[in-house]
Amino acid sequence: MQIRRELDALQRLESRCPMSQSESLSNPVLNVTPLHALHVRLGARMAGFAGWDMPIQYAHGLIAEHLWTRRSAGLFDVSHMGQIILEGPGAIAALEQLVAADIAGLGDNRTRYAQFITHDGGIIDDLMVTRLPAPAGTDRLFLVVNAGRKTVDVAHLAQNLSGSGVNMQVLDDRALIALQGPRAVDVLKDRLPGVEAMSFMSFMTIGEALITRSGYTGEDGFEISLPASQIDAFAGDLLNDERVKPVGLGARDSLRLEAGLCLYGHDIDESTSPVEAALAWSIGKRRRIEGGFAGANRIQRELRDGPERKRIGLLLEGRQPAREGAQIAAPNGEIVGTVTSGSFSPSLERCIAMGTVAAAFARADTPLNILVRGKALPARVVPMPFVPHTYIR
Amino acid sequence: MTDVRYTKDHEYIRINGDIGEIGISDYAQKQLGDVVFVELPQIGASFGKGDQAAVVESVKAASEVYAPVSGEVVEVNSGLEATPASVNEDPLGKGWFLKIKLADSGELGALMDEAAYRDFLKTLD
Repeated sequence: MQIRRELDALQRLESRCPMSQSESLSNPVLNVTPLHALHVRLGARMAGFAGWDMPIQYAHGLIAEHLWTRRSAGLFDVSHMGQIILEGPGAIAALEQLVAADIAGLGDNRTRYAQFITHDGGIIDDLMVTRLPAPAGTDRLFLVVNAGRKTVDVAHLAQNLSGSGVNMQVLDDRALIALQGPRAVDVLKDRLPGVEAMSFMSFMTIGEALITRSGYTGEDGFEISLPASQIDAFAGDLLNDERVKPVGLGARDSLRLEAGLCLYGHDIDESTSPVEAALAWSIGKRRRIEGGFAGANRIQRELRDGPERKRIGLLLEGRQPAREGAQIAAPNGEIVGTVTSGSFSPSLERCIAMGTVAAAFARADTPLNILVRGKALPARVVPMPFVPHTYIR
Repeated sequence: MTDVRYTKDHEYIRINGDIGEIGISDYAQKQLGDVVFVELPQIGASFGKGDQAAVVESVKAASEVYAPVSGEVVEVNSGLEATPASVNEDPLGKGWFLKIKLADSGELGALMDEAAYRDFLKTLD
């Protein structure tokens, strides 16, 4: 047999991201996070992901890690992601030219989901933006971007900020972990009192920790940035808590899919607009009217007239999974789209998928077939998330 | 005593007269992770040695399973439909995939016995 493991499916991300491919060519040695030794000690199966040697799963396996996160608290090392500070007068205005989200309308210590957009309206990357408190007359923003797009994003920012007086600092000396699940808040407040008062998509600093109440699982939880030198002790302490288990990138992917969240390079890329990707909710009201961001022409047109194609959720009838790249057919056999992410859902014990289809087939309950190895697997369009979010508002 | 032979691709075949029961090794199931679906062939289908005989799916990935030897499918493990996790829990027992009637028992000579397979696994990382 040809053994394809969870990690192999994830690794395809690299081949879809041109930049990370060239990175890996020029730099064949994988980067390691400050928690690498801990992963190895815990018996993780490690694999290259976006140029980093990352834990794909630990001893208990993907499904157990996935369900543990939904039930208790999962600890994820996401130190491969890019952490960036933008600082200076006009930083907010400068960022607003690159994203369609309302950044000026963000309160201090509030976080928002956004996408860097090309001039053609495609998505360069998706990211989290936090507005940090700043003295009058200047702005401070904290960005978290995808590992596989970090180099592209930093170059994009550098190019567009040059001469603006906005300073960009890439926080390469910081680690990032996520603690996700219904018991994450109880675990974290024992270590960092005060986090229990945070609302969803808010930010606070405790000592050197930069904390946002957010994540990529659909669960309540936190992302915690710490200096690399402190992360091993902090993560080790969290793992000593019986409510916490380590979770690899495999379950991170199945959790985010159940939560209906996009994975860059799979569900979204430079050809997909935020409107096609069903991310119009992340475009601020003021920005829809005013425009003034890269790709505004296409995005405003698609908001007005509707996009030609749309990202949808699919629930399959049978137990056979559909994978990325599988064609989606209408009942009459016409090909109307493509699966962009597909998996078995450990929470639902059903097969679920995301895909892009012609807009006429995007309505909930539309029956469609997914073509897998010559078979037509019956499925229907369902609203996302597949598993309800449990964010603390 | 039954005779179990292995391929370098981690399929096994348990020989019982002219019938061979095919599945994947314990090493293979560990590498795959949680199995959530197995696509089995039709009874009566014929395979040449090395042909794709089944597909085993973990949460995120699909892997092909090849026929260790030539033959005709005489039985498939329909129990895997309800409990694909048997492949993880008992790969050489309840987790078998299919049985074939051997076309040429001479092909078995090219496969590894238990001891040779164990040695082969040591050469993998």
